[in-house]
Amino acid sequence: MELEKIHYDNKIVKAFIIATVIFGIVGMSVGLLAAIQLFYPVANFDLQYTSFGRIRPLHTNAVIFAFVGNAMFAGVYYSMQRLLKARMFNDSLSWIHFWGWQLIILAAAITLPLGLTTSKEYAELEWPVDIAIALIWVVFGINMIGTIIKRREQHMYVAIWFYIATFVTVAVLHIVNSFEMPVTLFKSYSAYAGVQDALVQWWYGHNAVAFFLTTPFLGIMYYFLPKAANRPVYSYRLSIIHFWSLIFIYIWAGPHHLLYTALPDWAQSLGVVFSIMLIAPSWGGMLNGLFTLRGAWDRVREDAVLKFMVVAVTAYGMATLEGPLLSLKNVNAITHYTDWIVAHVHVGGLGWNGFLIFGMLYWVIPRMWNTKLYSSKLANLHFWIGTLGIVFYALPMYIGGVVQSLMWKEFAADGFLKYQNFLETTTQILPMYMLRATGGALYLTGVFIMTYNLIKTAATGKFIANEEAEVAPMAKVTSTGGYWHHILERKPILFTTLALVAILIGGIIELVPTFLIKSNIPTIASVKPYTPLELHGRDIYIREGCVGCHSQMIRPFRSEVQRYDPKGGEYSKAGEYVYDHPFLWGSKRTGPDLHRTGGKYADSWHFRHMLTPGEVSTGSIMPAYPWLYEQQINKDITASMINALRTVGVPYEEGYEDRANEDLDKQANRIVEGLQLEGLETSSDAEIVALIAYLQRLGTDIKLEKVATNQ
Amino acid sequence: MYKNILPGIDHVAIWPLISFGIFFVFFIVLLWWVFTADKAFINEMSQKPLQDGSELNHDAEPLNL
Repeated sequence: MELEKIHYDNKIVKAFIIATVIFGIVGMSVGLLAAIQLFYPVANFDLQYTSFGRIRPLHTNAVIFAFVGNAMFAGVYYSMQRLLKARMFNDSLSWIHFWGWQLIILAAAITLPLGLTTSKEYAELEWPVDIAIALIWVVFGINMIGTIIKRREQHMYVAIWFYIATFVTVAVLHIVNSFEMPVTLFKSYSAYAGVQDALVQWWYGHNAVAFFLTTPFLGIMYYFLPKAANRPVYSYRLSIIHFWSLIFIYIWAGPHHLLYTALPDWAQSLGVVFSIMLIAPSWGGMLNGLFTLRGAWDRVREDAVLKFMVVAVTAYGMATLEGPLLSLKNVNAITHYTDWIVAHVHVGGLGWNGFLIFGMLYWVIPRMWNTKLYSSKLANLHFWIGTLGIVFYALPMYIGGVVQSLMWKEFAADGFLKYQNFLETTTQILPMYMLRATGGALYLTGVFIMTYNLIKTAATGKFIANEEAEVAPMAKVTSTGGYWHHILERKPILFTTLALVAILIGGIIELVPTFLIKSNIPTIASVKPYTPLELHGRDIYIREGCVGCHSQMIRPFRSEVQRYDPKGGEYSKAGEYVYDHPFLWGSKRTGPDLHRTGGKYADSWHFRHMLTPGEVSTGSIMPAYPWLYEQQINKDITASMINALRTVGVPYEEGYEDRANEDLDKQANRIVEGLQLEGLETSSDAEIVALIAYLQRLGTDIKLEKVATNQ
Repeated sequence: MYKNILPGIDHVAIWPLISFGIFFVFFIVLLWWVFTADKAFINEMSQKPLQDGSELNHDAEPLNL
C-alpha cells in the first residue's frame, strides 16, 4: 500500500498552549488574591473592581474556560490529528476558534470586574458573550466533525468519542442554561425563575464539570497516558464501558447540588441515585488509567510526566468518590455551603485538570520543538511543590468545613444554638483560610517553575510548525457488517447523534417535569413581585457578587431555622421564589444566609454595615462597599427592567413601567427619611438605598401571609 | 406540601419505567458487545495512540541540564 505524506498542524496547538500557560498564571493569581481577601479583607482594596464578589467569578471563569479550556483545545487538536491521521479540517476555522476564544476570555476579564454578570455560577457571562461562546463552540464543532469525516482511520479511538460527547453536550448545556431576556446591552434576566432556574443552572453547572472538565480530559488521558507510558491502554473494552456509562449517568446527577432545598424531593432523589452510580464508571476509568502503567511503575519514579499523570488520575478517582459521597443527603447536610465543597472542587481542578495539563505540556513541548525537556529536576521540583500545594489547599479546607458546619449545628443545653453569631464560626476557621492561601501560593510557584522550564526547552529546540507523517490512505470499506458498535465507530455522525440522545434522555426526564410543575409549585398568595427600588437593589446584589458568600436558601433543619428565622420559624419554600429571575440560592456560606434577613436589622444597621462591616461586626471579613454611597441608581433602565421581567412572566401590569420610577422615588424617600432620623445623610438616588430596600424585603412576604391568616 | 407534585403529572409512573428500560437495555447490549468483541480488533484499537506515522515521536529523554 502506498503511503501518503501529510502534515499535522502544530502551530495551532502551540497557540493554545501559550494561552493556557498565560491564563493559568493569571487565573491562579486571581484565585490567590481572592483567598487572601478571605482572611485579610484589606486586600479588597476598597475598590469595586477588585472586591471578592467580583473577582471570585473572574477566578473561576479564568481557570475553567481560559486555563483548562485552552489546554483542552491544545490536547484535542494535537491528539485528534494523530488519531485520525488527518490535519485539522480547516486551518482558518482553527484560527477563528483560537482568536474567538481568546476574545471571549478578554470580554470576561473586562465585564466580570465591572460587575456585569448573570450571577449563575460558571455561566456568569452576559448575553452578548453567551452568543459569542455559542458561535465559537460551533466553529470548534465543525472543525472537529470535519476532521473526523476526512480521517484516514476507519475506526475512531475512544478519545475521539469523549471529544464528540464534549462538543455535543456543552453546546446543549450552554444554550439551555443561557435563555435570558436582555434588558440592556450587558444586562439580562434569566428566562427561568426560582426552583426551575436553580434546577437548570445546576443541571448545567454539574455537567459543565462533567463535560468541560472531565470528558475532554478523559480523552486526553486515553491518548497521552499510553503515549507517555509507551504502552497501550490497559483495557480498551473497559474504556468503551467507561465512555457510555459515564455520559449516560453524569447528565442526571445535577440535582445533588440542591439537596434539602425547595427543589421537589423526587428530583433530589434522582440526583442522589445517579451520583452514587457514577462511582462505577469513574473508578473504572481511573483504574484503566493506572493499570496502563502496569510494568512501567519503575519509570514513574524517574519520569515527571508520568508522575503528574498518576497523581492526576488518582485525584480523578478521589474526587469522583468524594462527589457521590457528598451527594448522600446525610453527608450533604453537614458539608453543603461549607469549605469542604471548595476543597472538593480544588482536588478536581488542581489535581485532575491541572496535573494532567502539566503532564501533557511536559510531554508534548519537547516533541513539538524536536528536543528534550530542559530540566527534569525542575519538572520534579514542580511536581513536589504542586503536590504539596494541593495538600495544603485541601486539608485545611476539609477541616475548616467540618469545624464550621458542626459549629453551625451545635445546640447548647438550654436548647438554643451554641454559636448564635455566625461570625464566630467564620473567625474560628481563619487560620485554615491562611493555610489554604499558602497551598495556592505553592501550587502557583510550581506553575512559574514549569513556565521557565518549558520556555528553556523550546529555546533549545526548533519548532516544527507542520509535522510530517507518512500514513496509509483509508481503505474502502467493502464489508458493511460487523458488530453494531463496530459500525458505530465508522459512522461519526450517527455516533454523535447517539451520544446526543444519551445525554438528552437524562436532561429531558430531569427538566421537563420541573417545567410542567410550574402550576404545581405551591403558590403563596402573599408573595408579590419586587418593587422597582428592590429590583435595582437586587441587581446591585447580583453585580457585587453577594451570592458568592451568602445563600438565600434556609434548609429545613432545626439549626438553620433557629439561626436564620428564630421568630417566624420558617425554612425556605419553593413558592417564595416564583419572581426570582435569576434565583440567588447560592452554594457557599462564607457569611450567613440572607433569605430571612428582611426586617431583622434596622435600615441604619445595613447603612453602616455596608460601609464599615469590620466595625459594625467586629472581626467581619466582609469587604466594604463605599462606592454604593456615591453611585446613583440607574433609573433610566427601570422601564426596560419591568418590561423584560414581564416578558419572562412576572405579573407587572401593562403600563407600570411608566410609573415605576415614581414608586421607586417614594420608597427611596421613605428609607432616606428613616435614616435621617438616626442622623445618617444620603441621597435618595444612592445605590445603597436600593440595596437596603432589597435586603429588607428578603423573605418577608411569607410573614405577611401569616398575618393575614391570623386575622 | 410537595406531595402533590408527582401525582400532578400525567402518567407519571411511566417516566421512571421508560428511563430504566432504556438504561437497562442499552447497558446489557453494550456489555454483551464489549465482552464478545473480536480480540484482534480490540488490540488494534488500543494501539492507535502509538501509531501516528510521525518520525518525531521518539521516546525523548530529558536533557538534565
